[in-house]
This record gives sequence, structure tokens and C-alpha cells, in this order.
Amino acid sequence: MQCVELNSGTQIKGAAGIIETKGLHHVYRGHEGDTHALGGIDIRIEEGDFVAIIGRNGSGKSTLAKHFNAILLPTEGRVLVLGMDTRDTGLLWSIRQAVGMVFQNPDNQIVATVIDEDVAFGPENLGVPTPEIAERVDAALRQVNMLALRHHAPHLLSGGQKQRVAIAGVLAMHPKLLVLDEATAMLDPVGRAEVIETILALRSIAKMTTVLITHHMDEAVLAHRVIVMDEGRVVASGTPAEVFAQPELLESLGLDVPLAAKLAKELIRSGLSLPEGILTAAQLVDSLCQFN
Amino acid sequence: MSMLQNVTLGQYFPGTSVVHRLDPRTKLGLALAYIIVLFIARTGLSYSVLALASAGIVLLSEVPIKLVLRGLRPILMILSLTVVLHVFTSREGVELVSFWFIRIYSGGVIQGFMLAFRLVLLVLSTSILTLTTSPIALTDAIELALRPLRRFGVPAHELAMMMTIALRFIPTLLEEAEKIMKAQLARGADFESGGLLKRAKSLLPLLIPLFISAFRRADELAMAMEARCYRGGEGRTKYKVLAYSRLDLYAAMCFTAVGVVALAL
Repeated sequence: MQCVELNSGTQIKGAAGIIETKGLHHVYRGHEGDTHALGGIDIRIEEGDFVAIIGRNGSGKSTLAKHFNAILLPTEGRVLVLGMDTRDTGLLWSIRQAVGMVFQNPDNQIVATVIDEDVAFGPENLGVPTPEIAERVDAALRQVNMLALRHHAPHLLSGGQKQRVAIAGVLAMHPKLLVLDEATAMLDPVGRAEVIETILALRSIAKMTTVLITHHMDEAVLAHRVIVMDEGRVVASGTPAEVFAQPELLESLGLDVPLAAKLAKELIRSGLSLPEGILTAAQLVDSLCQFN
Repeated sequence: MSMLQNVTLGQYFPGTSVVHRLDPRTKLGLALAYIIVLFIARTGLSYSVLALASAGIVLLSEVPIKLVLRGLRPILMILSLTVVLHVFTSREGVELVSFWFIRIYSGGVIQGFMLAFRLVLLVLSTSILTLTTSPIALTDAIELALRPLRRFGVPAHELAMMMTIALRFIPTLLEEAEKIMKAQLARGADFESGGLLKRAKSLLPLLIPLFISAFRRADELAMAMEARCYRGGEGRTKYKVLAYSRLDLYAAMCFTAVGVVALAL
């Protein structure tokens, strides 16, 4: 079996986005009838994008993510990854190499008994030559700031550290897109902060195209674009400022508005002249510090 | 709860001695060869040479003698049984004791102790192997050793991958077992009183959740592995490649000398 790797030298054909879904439907077939998990999704993710997908449990956000690297295949419609159709089984491994995915449970995605061996797992599977694997492992561990613990056993790490190792394991495969499928859902606040910091660093240094699936609104506001899903459909999409300016809509979907945004709104209502569109704690602190 | 903490992963004793630095394939091969020589050897002199060699390796390995001897504890029963059976049943050699219905002959005593000695050496040599080789290195060595047998349908890579994953998840599952145990204790479960049957039964509320969780983990791990392009051993490269050094050559030469001397005597 030949491994096709997309180096920077390979031209991505035409103006294909990193991900393009066209009329994507997904139906889970079960014993007690079928579940229509996705009902016609049309989205496009461009190179360099930072997209957050939010929605309550069962809204279809994780199902959608699993279509990005062909873990699930469309019941109807199409998913194109760098122009490659996920239904084409010949392209499966190229697609999985291009789209790196980090899952929810930190324990259930680390394969090896030592950190650096686990990061090497992906490149080994791709058939990367041995000296280059070593370089990739070093680089990936440095990117997530875990180089010092490279010889440790995974079960001795904290949840946040495990997820950073999982991110390194994906980075070592040189993906075009990083998908984090509720990667912070099982972490404590410290671990969450670690992972988010890592993602932001990857964004600013490596310009990594990122899809963040989350139900933490304070994580979603960090993205450039927020896609809100409910019952298998996209119900809202736009910049965080646009999306979180609709608290009624979010509330009706069982979602929260970020705490800082809520507080800013209350402060404005009680007469403080704050600017509109405050979403993060940092922005709120900034504006409050302008008062003297 | 201490019962779960006492479970050690293999019995690897980390170190940087000459024995530790040998290639795991060399150690695996030499341990096997040692066992074969042990079974061919017939005379007491041969055994003495082999025992001396073992003692030398133990000293070189810098592993505490206590740890090495601990490996013998599980076979103490078998050892005493071997000696007793031979001493009381054999009818070879000169009669030593004749009392009531008990007859002990010299042949039986010699045979019994020779066999016990052989067992001790056998266990010691494998102990040294596992004490000085990390489980991962051993897995690698086994994969490489089995690779030629792939032609006959031996799934070398798959076996090694299974061993690696088992090693990876043993601590995780132990931790989980402890958590479940505490949860069940908090609900009034009793794991420690009653007869054997009752105690075995009381383990069910521990084992069933543990199994269900293990299956869920396996499912998720398989998905994560596939997402990272895992598709079996075909076309896979290795991050850490085992390499023989001059040390391995010396070890093999020393061993051959010992083997020849032991068999010649």
C-alpha cells in the first residue's frame, strides 16, 4: 500500500477549500429505527480559518466532524477534503493524513507506552523514513511544549498534558487541518486552559487551520467564525460578535452566552457606557480599565 | 486498596549496566540458547559452569540479588515437589534409608536436586531477561524474532501491537478498577469478607463495569488509531530501530564459550 503525502509542493487543485460539504446528510441506522443526524449541511472551511462549531448534545456537531476525515461517510451529499471526495476509498489515507483529529477522551487515543513513541505512531503509519520521524517528533513535541516529558509514561500525565500529546501526535503527521472534537470536554479548568493556549499558539505561529468543536462558549469566542448547529442543521453562522449578539436564539437552543458578554450587557443596561460586542474577559477588562 | 497498587508492570529494573545495554534480540536469543544448553547438559560439572555463568550475569546486571531471587518464589512449591517425588520414588543407586515403608536411594536424591537446580537456573535466566529489558524493548525484539515466521501465517506485527496496547492500558484499567471499587464500597459493597465463593461473587459488580468500559475504550482507541492512518504492519516504518553493537558480539562469543565448556564437561 502506497502512502500519498501532501507536501507543500503538491498543488491543491483549483480553489477547493480545505473542507467543503455539499448537501451532506447522515443517517445512523439502528435497531430502533433510523436517526437523521445531519440534515443537509453546506459549509466551507478555507485555509487559515479558525472555526468553532457549537451546539447542544445530539446537535450533530461530532457527527459532522467525523465526516471531515472519512470516519463516517455521507448517506447523501458530498464531503470534499482538499478537493478529494471522502467516498473515494483510494483517497482514504491521504484524507486522514490531511485532517488530523483529536478526540474527547485523553486516555483512549494514546497508543504507546512512552510519549515520544506515541507521537511517532502517525508518521510510522505513513511510512516516513526513520531519521525524519525523529525530527517530526521533536518538532511536534516542541510545538505543544511537551519536549521535557518525552520519555514519560502517558498514564502519569495530567489530562491537559495528555491532550497536548494527542495534538502533537496529530501535528507530526503534517496535517492541513486540525479538528478538535470536544477535546477539552473531559478536562479540568487548568487542563482546558493548557489546551486552548496550545491551540492559540499553533494558530499564531504555524497558522494552523483549526476546527474547534466545543460546548464551552468562552472557547468559541476565540474563533474567527462560529457555526451554530441544532438538530443536524446549521442554524447560525458568523463572527463570534455576530453570533453572540443573538442571546435569544442561543438560549432557545440551550446554549449559553459567554459570561463576559453577559456581564458587559448587564453593565450597559445599568448605565455604564461600554462599547458593544464585548465577548471575552480580556476585552471586558480592557474596556473597564479605560474608566477612571 | 493497596492490593491494586502492588501490581507491578512486568518487573523491569531500569539501569545502564552492560546487560541492560545489550540489544533485546541478543538477550532473547541468548536466554533461549541458555535454556537449550541447560536441557542438554547432563553432568554436575556442566551445571556448575552454567550456574557460575548465571551468577556472573547477575553481578554484571547490577540488579539487587534480592530482586533476582524473588523470581524464584512462585516456583518454590514445584521445586519442593520435584525433590520430594524423586527422593521417595526413585529406586536407583545405593539404599540410604530404610525405615518402615520409606526407602531412599542415592540416585533419587541426586536426580531430585539436579532437576531442582535446573529449574532454578531456568527461572533465573528468564528473570534476568525481564529484569534488564523494558517491556517495550522486549516487544520489539519479539516482533523482529517472529518476523521470519510471517510466511507461515504468524501475525508478528499484530502480536507486538497487542502487547504494546496491553502494556499501555494496564495502568489505566487498574486505576479505573480502583475507582469502581471505591464507588461500590461507598454503596455498601463488601469485597473482603465471606468464603471464596462469596468473595468471587462480590467481584462481579467490579468486573462488569470494568469490562464494559474496556470495550468502550477499545472502540474509541481503534477509531483514534484509524484516524492516525493505522492500517496494520504493511509499509510501516519504525521510529526507534534496534541496532546491534560490538557489545552484542562479545556477549555472543562469551556465551558460546560457556556453552561449549558446559557441554564438553
